[in-house]
Amino acid sequence: VTSALAAAQAPVIDWAGLSPLLALLGAAIVVLLGGLLRPRGVRAHAVPALTVLGFAAAIVCVAWQWDERDVLISGALKLDPLALVTTLLVCGTGIGATLLAWRDEAARQVAHGEFFSLLLISAAGMVVLGAADDLVTAFVGLELLSLPLYILCAALLRRERSLESGLKYLIIGSVGSATLLYGFALLYGATGQTRYGAIGAELAKGDLAGDVLVLTAIGMTIVGLAFKASMAPFHQWTPDVYEGAPTPVTAFMSVATKVAAFAVIIRLFDSALIPAVDDWRPVWIAIAVISILVGNVGALGQQSLKRMLAFSSIAQAGYILVGFVVVTELGIQAVLFYLVAYLFANLAAFAVVLLRERETEHGDGLDAMRGLGVDRPLAAVAMTLSMLSLAGIPATVGFIGKFRLIEAAAGGGSTWLGIVIVIGSMISLAYYLPVVAAVWLAPATAPAGAVPATDPVTGRPALAGGAPDEERPAGGVETQVVAAVMGACILVFGIVPQPLFDVVDKVANGIVPGPLITAAARAIGVL
Amino acid sequence: LTIHLSIVLWLPLAAGLLALLAGRAARWVLLAGTLLTLAYAIVIAIDFQSGGGAQYVTDERWIPALGIHYALAATGLNVLLLLTTAIVFVAAALWAAVRDEPREAPGAYALLMGLAQSGVMGAFLAQDLALFVIFFDLMLVPFYFLTLRWGTDPEQRAGAVLKLFIYTLVGSLLMLVGAIATGVLSGQASGNTTFLIAELRATLVSAGSQDWIFIVFALAFLIKMPAFPFHGWMPDGYRQMPIAALAVFTAILSKVAAYGFLHVVLPLYPEGAERWQDVVLALALASILYGSAMAFTATNARLVLGYSSVAQLGFIVLGIFALDARGANGALLQSVNHAIVGAAMILVVAALAARAGGSEDLRDMGGIATRAPAFAAVFLVLTFALLAMPGSANFIAEFLILLGVFEDKVAIAIVASIGVALAAVYALRLYIRAMHNRVGPHVESRELSLREAVVLVPLLLVVLALALYPQFALERGEPAVEGSLVAVQQQETPPLAASAGPAAREDAP
Repeated sequence: VTSALAAAQAPVIDWAGLSPLLALLGAAIVVLLGGLLRPRGVRAHAVPALTVLGFAAAIVCVAWQWDERDVLISGALKLDPLALVTTLLVCGTGIGATLLAWRDEAARQVAHGEFFSLLLISAAGMVVLGAADDLVTAFVGLELLSLPLYILCAALLRRERSLESGLKYLIIGSVGSATLLYGFALLYGATGQTRYGAIGAELAKGDLAGDVLVLTAIGMTIVGLAFKASMAPFHQWTPDVYEGAPTPVTAFMSVATKVAAFAVIIRLFDSALIPAVDDWRPVWIAIAVISILVGNVGALGQQSLKRMLAFSSIAQAGYILVGFVVVTELGIQAVLFYLVAYLFANLAAFAVVLLRERETEHGDGLDAMRGLGVDRPLAAVAMTLSMLSLAGIPATVGFIGKFRLIEAAAGGGSTWLGIVIVIGSMISLAYYLPVVAAVWLAPATAPAGAVPATDPVTGRPALAGGAPDEERPAGGVETQVVAAVMGACILVFGIVPQPLFDVVDKVANGIVPGPLITAAARAIGVL
Repeated sequence: LTIHLSIVLWLPLAAGLLALLAGRAARWVLLAGTLLTLAYAIVIAIDFQSGGGAQYVTDERWIPALGIHYALAATGLNVLLLLTTAIVFVAAALWAAVRDEPREAPGAYALLMGLAQSGVMGAFLAQDLALFVIFFDLMLVPFYFLTLRWGTDPEQRAGAVLKLFIYTLVGSLLMLVGAIATGVLSGQASGNTTFLIAELRATLVSAGSQDWIFIVFALAFLIKMPAFPFHGWMPDGYRQMPIAALAVFTAILSKVAAYGFLHVVLPLYPEGAERWQDVVLALALASILYGSAMAFTATNARLVLGYSSVAQLGFIVLGIFALDARGANGALLQSVNHAIVGAAMILVVAALAARAGGSEDLRDMGGIATRAPAFAAVFLVLTFALLAMPGSANFIAEFLILLGVFEDKVAIAIVASIGVALAAVYALRLYIRAMHNRVGPHVESRELSLREAVVLVPLLLVVLALALYPQFALERGEPAVEGSLVAVQQQETPPLAASAGPAAREDAP
């Protein structure tokens, strides 16, 4: 009777708490309508401008709700620092990706309204995922983020690789989703609950310890999430999809999806599944180590920068997981800090890759980077900082991030994971540094007597190397702005990281009640 | 008066940034910056109170979340090395400035040299372990770009410098884990995570942890020096580096590693040092013999000096790991000596190449002395200093080192003595093959030009000054060196006393 009564009561909806999500969804509709505008020039600029406004509005709402703590829509979503920071990072990435896509061929081919609207919806999915406090909501969020991305990957309608990328992502992504859904269903079957907190309470009773149903559920959940976050050995789709997708989409996907995935991993495992920490921790450790090794080794010798960055993102996901698997507050701080560092570096890198895709005839190949130091010093500095940050060289934010991760690993009694991180970093130097070298070396000379190639995107004949500047295809001011801003962030937060730490510390404090962390830490023999 | 070290530390980088804006005048801006830094360093060195412990202390919380302090101090260990660094960087800046080198992008070059100097000085001054590691890694970065852009051979420099970078970062990244583990493990015992070396000395990590942390630190330092068998990056790196950068690299960066042993490893990991003493001594000995033998057979003049520095650094490590105050004192003095002499010698090689048709190969040289008596004299004095002729400060330093080793490692000391003789062989061979012998095919003997003299003569004067008054260095170093050895020497006392000491402690793995 009581349950029927509870169901009959209309849930109280905290509209203010939902405002970032509403801003994104509202913007998606406005943008879709804006895409119907007649004058082509207006449409091409008004739509991305509205998209940026939408993301900015969401960020303003986050700032407004910054100190709120609440449970929204009868426990479906949580309003806490983790959700807010996830929203912030996703929207920040969204602004970056929108700027990159401003003049992009992909946006023109699928029509501006649809393209940017899908981007906003995907971001909304990530926001839901980051805030979800319930298995069902989490799954809805996951699909909301994935489906638009499948389409966006295939947005370059006339390029086979883009279509292949979209199709591949769709198939693999569906497998991942299905696995995850199975895991969720089994988890519900074992505990009879869908709310994270209730699942945690059920598991904490102890009579489910070692239960096959729970173990299977956890296993399938891990596999599903690893698919989505592209962690080895579930990463095979990543290089192809990243390479084939339009570069602005790749940039968005590589950063925002990871942010959302780690948000859900932290929330699900550190609250709902914390009583089963001994069961899932070894699995995540294995995935972390394999990701670091596979990602770094796979990136060696890649000629396509987007493929290289795909493997690099697998390795980076492995580093970030190290912060998660130590199951301490310090570890969660390290995860979030590193995600921010990763956002700066990846957006800068993809912005420069995109710039060169448009400016040179080398596409996203390593050769495209040659001569950048002469042509575009600012972008060259940004690319250099990005690579050094990903490699973890001091005076970049990436170094501070790695420092924190290793500190968390050592503090959690797993110093050896710190050593795995630095071994990965050593390998990574062999593919990050050649990019830096190419940036500062003289431009590649076109082979003598080469036939002018056709520009793969526009179909116009590409211009010869010696063409005057004004005749070159425009790289776009926005890409350079994104690269420069991200480069500046890498340097500034590499030297003065404390403001960032203040934010992530707040998140880590709010996320898991202290006693649980301590219990988990004690369970793995830390304290 | 805490800001002085910050000024001297960041002045070179500031000059470099200013130079970036100065266009063609970049080299003079950089030179002015290095001179100002030198003036500051001289004042600090003279003002330094021997035996007065850490001075000019700066200690600010830099990244509270990580427990990293921005802690700088002038100590007996680093004050002379700081001065040496300032001198060598002035020489490098002057050498480039009077030649109007490099022709392309002088602003970027100046910025990188400024960054290099700030990085090195930061590593010397840092009193926080994490800060030390950060500067230790950071100082390598400018050399990557310097070699990439202005290196000798456009075809090979990218590969050579990649090798150098990966080699040395392999060491320093492992060292990073070691440093963090030290802070965290020590913090778990004392209650707060800190990387301040002074506080870490109060709560040493357990013997088991010291063991592996010692290994990663030693590895990082031995690669950076380089010592046999970790010198794989050296031949290619030396060949490709632009000459002024190489002078700095061979003179100063290797000394940061030697300094690291005295400043970090011996005080913080005494049990590790004690346990691995024989292994490190054996490596030092191997470096001396191998470096000498290779210096004797190499025909590229740069490599002769490269291998000679492998041998010289072997001596320095030998002195440090004698775990005896005299040996360590000698090692510190030898670090200063070799920095000045090594930098001067690299510049001499450039002067030789200018007279031998641009070739740095000994087979293309010969007979350069015929019309250049002053140049020959300068070169000869430097050669004598390199081979540690009695009367030079190098002789005093090597004597102290051997004295330290003789105490309880007689066999090693005897073998090491052979190294002293071998140094005479390769140093004189370099001098004779270049300056005397049959005149080489493209050799054009010229007297020391003004723009060579303005760099080499002051360096020579520093060498002579050290020979006449080594006390200036020794008396500043002595108390600090003894302070570094305190923890190790506690280890050497009978086990009963050691277990009562504060050092031995078990903590969580």
